[in-house]
Amino acid sequence: MTVAIDRATGKRRGDRAPRPGLGRRLKHGWQKHWYAYAMIAPVAVVLGVLVLYPLAYGFYLTLTDADSLNSARTIGVNEIEATYKFIGFDNYADILWGETAYERFWSHFIWTVVWTAACVALHYGIGLGLALLLNQKLRGRTFYRLVLVLPWAVPTFVTVFGWRFMLADAGIINSGLDFLGLPAPQWLEDTFWQRFAAIMVNTWCGVPFMMVSLLGGLQSIDASLYEAAEMDGANAWQRFRHVTLPGLRSVSSTVVLLGIIWTFNQFAIIFLLFGNTAPDAQILVTWAYQLGFGQQPREFAQSAAYGMLLLAVLIVFTSFYRRWLNRNEQQLAN
Amino acid sequence: MSTTTLGEATAAAEPASAPPAAPRRSRRRGEQGRAAALASHGVLAGACLIALFPIAWLVFLSLGPDKDDYLHPERIWGKMTFDNYAYVLQHTNFFEWLKSSLIVSLGTTVIGVLVAATTGYAVSRMRFPGYRKLMWILLLTQMFPIAVLIVPMYQILSELQLIDSYLGLILVYCSTAVPYCAWLLKGYFDTIPFEIDEAGRVDGLTPFGTFFRLILPLARPGLAVAAFYSFITAFGEVAFASTFMLSDTKYTFAVGLQSFVSEHDAQRNLMAATAVLIAIPVSAFFYLVQKNLVTGLTAGGTKG
Repeated sequence: MTVAIDRATGKRRGDRAPRPGLGRRLKHGWQKHWYAYAMIAPVAVVLGVLVLYPLAYGFYLTLTDADSLNSARTIGVNEIEATYKFIGFDNYADILWGETAYERFWSHFIWTVVWTAACVALHYGIGLGLALLLNQKLRGRTFYRLVLVLPWAVPTFVTVFGWRFMLADAGIINSGLDFLGLPAPQWLEDTFWQRFAAIMVNTWCGVPFMMVSLLGGLQSIDASLYEAAEMDGANAWQRFRHVTLPGLRSVSSTVVLLGIIWTFNQFAIIFLLFGNTAPDAQILVTWAYQLGFGQQPREFAQSAAYGMLLLAVLIVFTSFYRRWLNRNEQQLAN
Repeated sequence: MSTTTLGEATAAAEPASAPPAAPRRSRRRGEQGRAAALASHGVLAGACLIALFPIAWLVFLSLGPDKDDYLHPERIWGKMTFDNYAYVLQHTNFFEWLKSSLIVSLGTTVIGVLVAATTGYAVSRMRFPGYRKLMWILLLTQMFPIAVLIVPMYQILSELQLIDSYLGLILVYCSTAVPYCAWLLKGYFDTIPFEIDEAGRVDGLTPFGTFFRLILPLARPGLAVAAFYSFITAFGEVAFASTFMLSDTKYTFAVGLQSFVSEHDAQRNLMAATAVLIAIPVSAFFYLVQKNLVTGLTAGGTKG
């Protein structure tokens, strides 16, 4: 029960004695690390029960033809047993290359990718711009910051309804456009404008997070770096390019990754903005929800299969993203 | 609206750090010329207006007594009233929804932070076999789209008869809150110097003792951020709450608010009033905690 803080005590690899047998190694490992295992036990239990078990069960469901008609359910006092059967990977095959796969999956997939890219680019661009502005010595800086954080402070489900009032056919936005002599689009009916509105609302909701995180990153950049750059005759753009951006690298890579994951999985905004009315503006998450809970009969297996596919997309993307980051860091170090 | 902000913001990035014009040496670093300052103020004021307007508009509409007033805002001026608020507080399930929201959010917060704290410490300080796998699982859980767990959770909870119960919803929320808190707290513990642990160990404390007596008190801002995040995520969650809560007295606000429009007769004025009533305390709470927010976030972010 000696060392729990390996990093702090700086135990080196070379100090190790020759490798003992498996039993002794297990015993030794337990003695050495039981503190750690005791400390992670609560989370391990919660993850196992609340995440891994449902995940495995969900995966099993995707291999069946479960829907609300053949799942176990209670009607009044009658308990009806589940009657769905195992069908292997048919659900996945049907979603990916079955008949009408384009209308059901790929069109939503493309829109989801466009949605994610557009939203995150807007979040990051506007967030960085505002963070740079707020990072100056400026009168009323705290006030600006407090107001700009507001879209984040108010719960999304509240503000989306505010936006719905504004985007209604004769709402304030269209009245304003009409007043300026511009055409008034049907924000909540026409597919293109639905998508436009969704991106707009999500941008409005997401910028404050980026702004606050990037502002934190900017404040942690050492001011002497700027002085040195200025001394070397670097102009503002060069300082931005060679001091600010590299200084923000770690914060940026984290918030962009988080932004991508959150936007890809963004449920509330599209669900609350359109409900069931806009089949073409649904991203994959809301589409999967609609299959599972927004229609009758509820397609449980199909919905869960969408969920698994979404998770797979995210995992593949994240591992590539991290590898790409690592490679960049190495290039930087060389 | 968003396109104009983008234009403004990217254009604004330049005047902000633009090379000061003529009197270059007379100013200290970080100060800027009159024109640049004016441009900064202009852009920031514009951004503030965009940030503020949808909420201000909601407040304004909530004062109109008629349910179609959102289409004729000019009519509101003559007849502003707080009747909507009075009606919402007296004749709707507002307080029931408040109770549900608080039970579910606070339950998630307490369980999330309590369960996650020691794990955050363990992964910050100790290298044990399985460490990498645990970190990977914690990260992975952040990526779960609601579509992955909602179907199996629905089936499991209905078998356990936990549909339409607070406990069921709290358990569902813990599946995201717990790994998130652990991850965030790990980042925060990383910023606390290891020397403190060593000092504790030298004084004869066990790792548990070090954690509870020395580190936990120091980590209060981090704990606050984790608690705040769990609360706000649980409070604002829509999908699970809409699906798992069936009786309208058990709705959380996120579901209750929808019920105003999904009814045949859309009572938009009442909805606006309810929205404002919800937004005020939450935003106030947000501003109380936001001081710690930046530190907590960037600590969690950069060290992740």
